[in-house]
Amino acid sequence: MREIYLDYNATTPVDPGVVESMMPYLSEYFHNPSSLYTGSLRVRTNIESAREKVAALINSRPEEIIFTGGGSEADNMAIKGIAFSKADKGKHIITSSIEHHAVLHTCKFLEKMGYEVTYLPVDKYGFVDPDELKKSIRKDTILVSVMFANNEIGTIEPIKELAQIAHEHEVLFHTDAVQAVGKIPVDVEELEIDLLSMSAHKFYGPKGVGALYMRKGVKLTPLIHGGSQEKNRRAGTENVAGIIGMGKAAEIAIEEMQEEERKIKPLRDKLEEGILSRIPEVIVNGHPKKRLYNTLNVSIKFIEGESMLALLDAKGISASSGSACTSSSLEPSHVLLAIGIPHEIAHGSLRFSLGKYNTKEDIDTVLEVLPDIVERLRRLSPYWSHG
Amino acid sequence: MLEYSEKVLKEFMNPKNMGKLEQADGIGKVGNPVCGDVMWIYIKVEDDVIVDVKFQTFGCVAAIATSSKVTELVKGKRIEEALKITNKVVAEALDGLPPVKLHCSLLAEQGIKAAIEDYLERKKIG
Ligand code: FES
Repeated sequence: MREIYLDYNATTPVDPGVVESMMPYLSEYFHNPSSLYTGSLRVRTNIESAREKVAALINSRPEEIIFTGGGSEADNMAIKGIAFSKADKGKHIITSSIEHHAVLHTCKFLEKMGYEVTYLPVDKYGFVDPDELKKSIRKDTILVSVMFANNEIGTIEPIKELAQIAHEHEVLFHTDAVQAVGKIPVDVEELEIDLLSMSAHKFYGPKGVGALYMRKGVKLTPLIHGGSQEKNRRAGTENVAGIIGMGKAAEIAIEEMQEEERKIKPLRDKLEEGILSRIPEVIVNGHPKKRLYNTLNVSIKFIEGESMLALLDAKGISASSGSACTSSSLEPSHVLLAIGIPHEIAHGSLRFSLGKYNTKEDIDTVLEVLPDIVERLRRLSPYWSHG
Repeated sequence: MLEYSEKVLKEFMNPKNMGKLEQADGIGKVGNPVCGDVMWIYIKVEDDVIVDVKFQTFGCVAAIATSSKVTELVKGKRIEEALKITNKVVAEALDGLPPVKLHCSLLAEQGIKAAIEDYLERKKIG
């Protein structure tokens, strides 16, 4: 059975061009970039050219890019790094209630260390209210961190406005842009962002590599000590193949981004309309327009997500859910709860996130099998009395 | 997907005894405080024997598989015997459950118990 992969927000397949670019660095170009011979110089030079490509993707300067072991590390580095380096100025951080756990759990950790964190609420679409941010900033606030686009519902936050508010109060602004970079244009200059996290495997690059953009002049305390790599900001021998792959993925993203949107958005819209017209009692989560063009999050009432995923999987369709039954904590998605979805409706949530390898046929298949799956589970459900 | 046993997946794909039982002699409605799932079990009893049983479940793969299994296990049993069926028995009949899913089988045990209690309650009144 052919897999129909609709979970691109979780990870993407690696672009064949990226794989090809990485291969030499797993074989003949194995040299440690810190050494002094010709082989090392070549590796060093190519890491720098990968840095330029990643910088170009977000319109930053190459020296403002620090390669990390992924998006989560970039988030940790930004938040803890700023918290530690600015502890004498203050210990108050502001974030939102719908962040990725890489941000939320880092904040929880800092709270245990004596920092104070304000978690901004969001409205029913998942938007942070800029006025709420204004009201929350204090004299001892050192960092505002609000995600660029939400991984579950796709809502895109008013980043520039939030960054400007932070700057009016001389507070740094960080954004977890893991879901945005490579999908939509992100320009750190135009949006006035000080720190930004990204991850290669969300845009057809390899796993285990990401980057933190840090505006020139911003200082943070490094998390990993033990070497002068990344200009003393992140020790450890570079993940050379990963970095080269991320550079290639950035280059491809710059080239293909517009075309991808043109191709993927109509497929997502078709899926959305198809589900709404074929299945009763469904709600779409997230903002109807200001949302990633590849993301569709629906709550299908009266049934539970894991059972839907299992039946979809049996048909070769891979998606995800915010149901409590799918999480190891047995809590429903904090994002869905934060936008005001009741527990039992969060239970029936399904997320489809599309990517560049999806076709019209993929969507047709989902629209063919999903109504039957829903019907079947609803017949089992004590809450469904219409059948 | 979690690593479910083949038996769990099979039971989930082809659940037995699903739906409502009109004119049930006892109904057990239980909810799962852990994740918020709900199971309703209907029984029909003749001479203290469960002659028919059906279930409706709003829950995960494990919840649906264990509710289906428990209805199979109690069908045709005397109520004293049915009361002895624990969640462990249900889980074992399905070749076990992932640890995080054990609470779902508890729902199945409680559902049957609640249905029998309801039956006994009604009998007292009637
Ligand atoms: S019923 Fe929710 S985890 Fe099984």
